[in-house]
Parts: sequence; structure tokens; C-alpha cells
Amino acid sequence: MLTILFDGVAYGMLLFILAVGLCVTLGLMNFVNLAHGAFAMAGGYLTVVMMNRMGISFWWCLPAAFLFSAALGAILERTLYRRLYDKTHLDQVLFSIGLIFMSMAAVDYAMGASQQIVNLPSYLSGRVEIFGAQVGVYRLFVIAVCGVLAVGLQFIIARTRFGSQLRASVDDGRVARGLGIDVTRIFSLTFAVGSGLAGLGGALGASILSMDPFFPLKYMIYFLIVIAVGGATTITGPFFASLLLGIADVGGKYFVPAIGGFIIYTIMVAVLIFRPEGLFTRRTRR
Amino acid sequence: MSVVDKDALAPATPAPSPAPAAAISPARRLLLDSRWRWWELLFWVACAASFWVFPKKLMLISEIFILGLLALSIDLVLGFAGLVTLGQGAFFGIGAYAAGLMAKAGMGVAPLSDPLLGLAVAGLAAGAVGFATSFLVLRGSDLTRLMVTLGVALIFEEMVIKFKDITGGSDGLQGVMSSPVLGVWSFDLFGRTAFWYSLILTFLIFLFCRRLVNSNYGLSLLAIKGNPLRARTIGMPVNARLVSIYTIAAAIAGISGGMLTQTTQFVSPDMAAFHRSADALLILIFGGSGFLYGGLVGAVAFRVMQDFLGNITPQYWLFYVGLVLVLLVLFVRGGIIGMLMAASEKLTSRRNDQTGGRP
Repeated sequence: MLTILFDGVAYGMLLFILAVGLCVTLGLMNFVNLAHGAFAMAGGYLTVVMMNRMGISFWWCLPAAFLFSAALGAILERTLYRRLYDKTHLDQVLFSIGLIFMSMAAVDYAMGASQQIVNLPSYLSGRVEIFGAQVGVYRLFVIAVCGVLAVGLQFIIARTRFGSQLRASVDDGRVARGLGIDVTRIFSLTFAVGSGLAGLGGALGASILSMDPFFPLKYMIYFLIVIAVGGATTITGPFFASLLLGIADVGGKYFVPAIGGFIIYTIMVAVLIFRPEGLFTRRTRR
Repeated sequence: MSVVDKDALAPATPAPSPAPAAAISPARRLLLDSRWRWWELLFWVACAASFWVFPKKLMLISEIFILGLLALSIDLVLGFAGLVTLGQGAFFGIGAYAAGLMAKAGMGVAPLSDPLLGLAVAGLAAGAVGFATSFLVLRGSDLTRLMVTLGVALIFEEMVIKFKDITGGSDGLQGVMSSPVLGVWSFDLFGRTAFWYSLILTFLIFLFCRRLVNSNYGLSLLAIKGNPLRARTIGMPVNARLVSIYTIAAAIAGISGGMLTQTTQFVSPDMAAFHRSADALLILIFGGSGFLYGGLVGAVAFRVMQDFLGNITPQYWLFYVGLVLVLLVLFVRGGIIGMLMAASEKLTSRRNDQTGGRP
């Protein structure tokens, strides 16, 4: 029982790291980037290649995955995404679905369609006993890393100069520009960091989530649920939403396998209808 | 087939005035008359002629009509009423299963297995679900609608897998036999009956949509798409219009699903899967939304491209679909039809320049 709760928490934390970048692009920059999962996949596959083919230590893989996905995000933002900021949501959806298709085929071409397996270092595998529950060491590690990241992100957004500039740009881009804030640069940077976090999440999750070419499509719906339920205007909302979703998903699959998927989708639709701005957000600010 | 279509649409001779506008501003729309143009007739003649031109591909061609019909149903909602949806595949699936279950119940014998009755049931079932869920899309922004329709489609997909007793689970329904069409023509192995059955029904439904769009009702939809708030202030029943068009489109999607079941004689959960919705939306965007013909032209282009790329890179053709999609969004407005119309306008205006403004 506790083990399931624990697995759910680890899974939820992972979802949060994966989805938080999308929260920023979607909620703050108002851009529907369904291809967010592709950046996570890039990070995950980089880890697989570095560890399994080059034998590089797992510790180097995590920052490398972050930097790689962030660079990828920055380049794509500069060249492609920027042209679509003022287009309709439908255009953005179609564009990012196109990117998903391309990334899926490209990964399939480069790495094959089979699921990739990451061999974790021995000190991260195995189980320990906490409060009488068997808990995977690696899941503890994931929770710790994601927890630190979540706190760090909240701190950056709420306390630093960059955070307040970002919030200003989002609240009213024109006025922020008028005050001398370089909105374009802030958005580029935010987009890159969001993609990088997704890449890091992909690297961390490579051994928990299944890493195959269908990753971006499979987890797209999870990201959307996190944002639908958590609201996209804060960091804490998606955080709690991911935790809930992680626990509900793991628990649901374990206890009521027959209706697992049902509940999650139904909750998403219900939340969207009755609280379009998300469960955990305050009513609109304006 | 594609060559014929392009010829049918490409001609750049001065169109009967007023020139068809690529920009869909309601004011210019209002001026467009709804007479039949010669290229429309040519399009349908070409469709019928493909029976003799490609006698070995009849099944594929009838599938193209069916996909085109599904895309047309999205066009009604998206291109004319301006509602974004990612869930049209659910209605397609409901229609497919409804028609399949009807045919199964009748054991291949009329009256229960009659294909037209099956389509009526498919349309009614999908329309009923469409009506029930239409209230969900009235609220919220485009983004909310995308996610709500996606959620509804996913719930339905999940149901298909879970209710094994009715739907056959992941095996689907096998051996769905319909009785002969109108008691005369039975579905044959070569797809001859399937071809004419799907072509004629697609044409009839298309006629219905054409009439619908070129009516006051259709104009009011365009007004709502242009600006719902203003439409409401001049006294249009916005919500009622949206509910009705969503229901009609769902019923058409259901009928197209039923047609696919009857012509291929089986139902698989694949027919209700999410990628149906995505494919159909893609087809519409390929062809161009808001033109009525977009779905049909897009379906032809999509299947021909799929066939062509599938031969070159059977495994990676998805890459090129993605590439085309990205390029379309970035550089082309209005898909294939939009492109052809823009080209035709350019040629017309150039000719006018040369002749000093006289056509």
C-alpha cells in the first residue's frame, strides 16, 4: 500500500518535471506546444546513447540531457516557434503535431522502434525499507531531485529578478516592453529552460517510463491533464496536479485495472468544464 | 486520380464574377453565389470516372470518399462554425460500431442488416452522442475545446476496449455482412458495389452540406465564426446554432464510419482510435478548411501521398507527413484549395494587367 503511494509520488514528481516546461509555454506564453514530449524524448534517448553506447556515468547524463534539450529548444524557438506566437491555437496544435510526427520517425530511424532500456548504476537500483514499506532506491532519488527542482523553480519565479520580469512579460507583454524588459529574450530563455527540464525529466524517467518512439504522443495527454487540472498560471498548481495524477494513475492501475484510464479522462473533462482555469488556481486575476 | 483532380481545380481562366475569394471575410462570402461551377462538375465526373481508370483500386478509392466525408464533417464544424475539435473520430467510431452491430444482429439478412438502415442508425447514434456532448464545447476557449473533445474521444476509445461483450474488445467485430443494397446489389470482393455505394452517398451528403452552407443558416454560422459576440447582439441564437451544426457534423461522421464498416465488412477499435481524429483533421488542413471541397481533395492528396511515401520508406513516411504539416502551417494558408485559388487569382490579375484591366 505504502509502496504504491510511494511509486505514485515518484511518478507524479517525474510528471511535474516533464510537464512544467509546458505549463510555462502554455500558461505563460499562451503557446500550445504539444511537441513538448519530443524534448523529453530527446533527453531520454541522449541518456540511453551516452550510457549504453559510450559508457558514460549516469551523473554526467543528467546535466547533458538538460543542456541538449535546452539547446534544441532554443534553436527551434529561434527558427520555428517564434513565427507561430501570434497564430491561432489550431495552427500551433497542427504545427506541433507535425513536429511530433517528425521526431517519432527520426527516432525510429536512428534508434529503432523497440523500447530502450537504461542500466542504472548498482547503487541506485535495489530497494530499501522505509516505514515498513519496500521502496526503490531510484524512486527515492527521483523524488529528491524533482523536489529540489520544484522548490528551486518556485524560488526563481517568485523571488528573483528574472522571475518578476517573466511574470511581468506574461501579464502584459506590451507594458513590460515599455518598461525596458526584453520580452523576446525572456521568452526564448524560458522556452529553452522548459525544454531542458523536459529533457532532464526524460533522462530521469528513461528507466521508469518506457522510452520508445511513441513517447511524445503517449505522454502528451498526461501533460495536458496536468495543466488542465493544475492550471497553468502557477507552479504549485501543476505540482499538486502531477502528484494527484501520479498517485491516481499508479493506484488506479493497481486496484481497479478495469476502469483505470476512464477516471483520469473523465476528471479532466469535468475539470475543464467546471473550472476551466484549473482546480488549484485562484479565480481570474483580472 | 490526383492528376485529374488538380486539372479540375487548377484552371486559371477568369472565374465567373465575382472571383472566389480566398479570404473568407463574411462580406465577400455573402456576395458569392451558389451556382454550380464547371470545375465542380468536373470533380464529380472525375470521381465517377476513376471507376474505369483504376479498376484495381476500387476499395482504396471508396475509402478515400469515406475519409473525405469524415473530413467534410469536420469542415462544417471548424471551417464554417469555427469550433476547433480533435474528437470527430469518436463519432466516426460510434457510427462504425452502430452499423456493425446492426448488421451482426440481422445476420446478413434484410431487414435488420439492410445497409441503408444501418447507416441511418449509425447517423442517429453518432448524432445523439454529438448532441449530448455539444454542450461541452459551448464554453471556454479554443484550447479548452481541443482538450475537451480530445478527452471525450479518449473516453470513447477506452470504452471500446473495455466493453468487450458488445464491441469485441481489441479484436473488433469480424465478418460484418450487410444484405444487398436496396435488395439488389450485394457487396462484392472487388469493391464495385462499395465504390458506387460510397460515391453516391458521399455525393448526396455533400449536396446536403452544400445546400446547408449556402443558406441563411450557413451564413449565420460564418457570422458566428467571425465574431460570436456580435452575432449574438444582432439576435442570432449562437448556442442553438453551434449545438445544431455540431450534431449534424457528428451524424455525418457517424454515417461515414458506418460506410467504412459496411464496405470493409469488419470493425476494429482502430476505427475509433484517436489517430482517426488527427488524420481527419490533417486531411482537412491538407485540402483547405472552409471550402467544402477541402476534405475530399485533402483525402485524395493524403492517401496518394501515403501510398507514394509508403512505397519509398514504409516505416518512416510519418516523418514526411509531419514535415508537410509544419510547412503548411508556416507558409501556406488554406491548404491545397487555398493554394490553387491564390494561384488562380494571381494569374487572373496578371492577365488583367496585360490586357489593361480587361479580362
